[in-house]
Amino acid sequence: MQLLKNNSFIRDAWITLGDDDAIADGARVVVSLVRLQRDWDTLARHTGLLGVVIPNNADEKALAPYFSQVSLVVVNFPAFTDGRSYSQARQLRLDGYRGEIRATGNILPDQLQFMLQVGVDSFEVGDRFTLEEWQKAAQHMHLTYQLGYNRAGVEREVWSQRHQGFAAWEEQPHAG
Amino acid sequence: MYRYDEFDHSFVQQRTSQFRDQATRRLKGELTEEEFRPLRLMNGLYLQLHAYMLRVAIPYGTLSSKQMRRLAYIADKWDRGYGHFTTRQNIQYNWIKLEDTADILEALAEVEMHAIQTSGNCIRNVTTDHWAGAAADEIADPRPIGELLRQWSSLHPEFSFLPRKFKIAVTGAPNDRAAVKVHDIGLRLHKNDRNENGWEVMVGGGQGRTPMIAVTVREFLPEIQLIPYIEAIMRVYNLYGRRDNKYKARIKILVHEIGAEKFRSEVEAEYARHPAQTAEVDARELVRISKYFAMPPLEKQSRFAPHFEDAKFKNKDFARWAKNNLAAHQVDGYTIVNISLKPEGGIPGDATGDQMRVMADLAERYSHDELRVSHAQNIVLPHVKLEDAYTIWQQLVKVDLAAANYGLLGDIIACPGLDYCALATARAIPVSQAISRKFADMDTQEKYGPLKINISGCINACGHHHVGHIGILGLDKKGEEYFQITLGGSSGDKASIGSILGPGFAAEEVPDAIEKILNTYVKLRQPGEEFLAAYRRVGAQPFKDALYAAA
Repeated sequence: MQLLKNNSFIRDAWITLGDDDAIADGARVVVSLVRLQRDWDTLARHTGLLGVVIPNNADEKALAPYFSQVSLVVVNFPAFTDGRSYSQARQLRLDGYRGEIRATGNILPDQLQFMLQVGVDSFEVGDRFTLEEWQKAAQHMHLTYQLGYNRAGVEREVWSQRHQGFAAWEEQPHAG
Repeated sequence: MYRYDEFDHSFVQQRTSQFRDQATRRLKGELTEEEFRPLRLMNGLYLQLHAYMLRVAIPYGTLSSKQMRRLAYIADKWDRGYGHFTTRQNIQYNWIKLEDTADILEALAEVEMHAIQTSGNCIRNVTTDHWAGAAADEIADPRPIGELLRQWSSLHPEFSFLPRKFKIAVTGAPNDRAAVKVHDIGLRLHKNDRNENGWEVMVGGGQGRTPMIAVTVREFLPEIQLIPYIEAIMRVYNLYGRRDNKYKARIKILVHEIGAEKFRSEVEAEYARHPAQTAEVDARELVRISKYFAMPPLEKQSRFAPHFEDAKFKNKDFARWAKNNLAAHQVDGYTIVNISLKPEGGIPGDATGDQMRVMADLAERYSHDELRVSHAQNIVLPHVKLEDAYTIWQQLVKVDLAAANYGLLGDIIACPGLDYCALATARAIPVSQAISRKFADMDTQEKYGPLKINISGCINACGHHHVGHIGILGLDKKGEEYFQITLGGSSGDKASIGSILGPGFAAEEVPDAIEKILNTYVKLRQPGEEFLAAYRRVGAQPFKDALYAAA
């Protein structure tokens, strides 16, 4: 599986664990939301970085207590037409989550900009499309109308530009 | 009316070149049809029974003469010389070639038009009152909010893959001509006692196979909170709307299943968690947009229009058209001209390239360069001097656009049906034509009074049959078309869903059935009582008796 981040393919340093797998000290591990809640007492003492994968029907509010100790949230797009995780990612950013958000599932170049805008940083993308295709897709549109979404690419907010003198909306800080 | 600035222009141009690239990849075989499908749908391109169909957005139904001429040009150059104005104030071209589509979108972009989000599970073209900015009963022009919503919803990163399509309608008048209660979100303007604008927000209306009337979630939402509040509604829908069954995926099903109270509390909780952060920019943008919708500089006119009165006296055809097709304007001496696209035996909403050009010319000369498309599939000239009405009518007569049936029996709404549409189960157009021919006599139509006959060719209800005073739904039973009749629907302020009267009819039986219904109405009505009011007073039984008792 290719991992796309900041317009490059990078090596994935995270290990995804089953709900009963042992956790190696110092490792970067991704656990399920169920395990995060179940084993929190142990996981809170984990010496490496901690990530969590959430199903796309999970209530994002359930993650809020863990924000400061979670470095990666993995959201899922089981089909590119299933857009629930756009709102999950958006809620994470609105609620102040500053770690990495990663998208898995059916990720296509034509949706890349939307995902970047709601705050996704990295993408498990398979090998069907070349890096050039992804890079091109990251800057299809240079303008957007909506305010307050992440501007990861070269996009500019039309309404902020029109009303110069009014500072562009502050972005939520992002990892990476 | 609104004009694009440099940002709007480059936004649409980028989108057009992106689509050109996608269409080229499809034609070269680099994209499969399955992969291309959602991309073309996001740009309004459908594959229908016989050819591609391109649906072009006409935001809140407003067009300039130049834009109307461009629609005519497209009809002549890339289609078969006509276009079809739809119940969502858009226009559809039914005979489009894939390899021409990018050129068409470019031709549209030159006149500040596009086909973005006229399809797909996203926020569709925002619709409104076709008399907006002109109607005598209006509180304020709803189109600035329409334009604000158009921009805000364009390629929205969070809400482009919703469970299902999403339609927003806006009205600025107490008499609802925008059918706001049968939309996913309906907005109705109110003023408070400090003369501030606020929006009544209604959610969960719709037609289709499960017709529902929207419920009010906010009575009076301050104007500048509108966008963040709608974002909260959209977010609740995006997260919790059903995705397991596309027939249960519209927001009305969510509102119905969890209940209006629970839905409202979910939205309010989301809104409270993530309140308006950008209201100041929204407000500035709304002020900027509103300037484009100022009333054009109308000349002071006398309330009495001697030439107009004289022409009515001398020409009874004109007098009839003036009585039925003109509506009250805000300004003395002016009128709203409703051009019926429903000639006797015609296809509702169709106009040829030549007819479009005539309407464009008339708008340029006599209506401050403005036209509107109505959801009843007619064209409106919104700002016309009464003294010009006769000249306009004479021009319309020459191109078969002078049908005097606006708001009467002949003013039928019909979807394209099985003649074009891949979803249809029956042919709506021939039934509409047969009714139109049977009741061609204008004295008869006037005898029956204001009436909405709406015809859909399948249960998806694009012909709005649920809200027709008389609704006709075409279905298929073992390869035979038959038509169900409903009575008592309305999309007005007291919106209601029609009730099925009884067993259906074969296509050729429908006009006679309509006649029996109407003659029953004539017999039982009280003086001055319109069809809908009479039906609401007496109920379905007398009509059932007339249609089925003898059989």
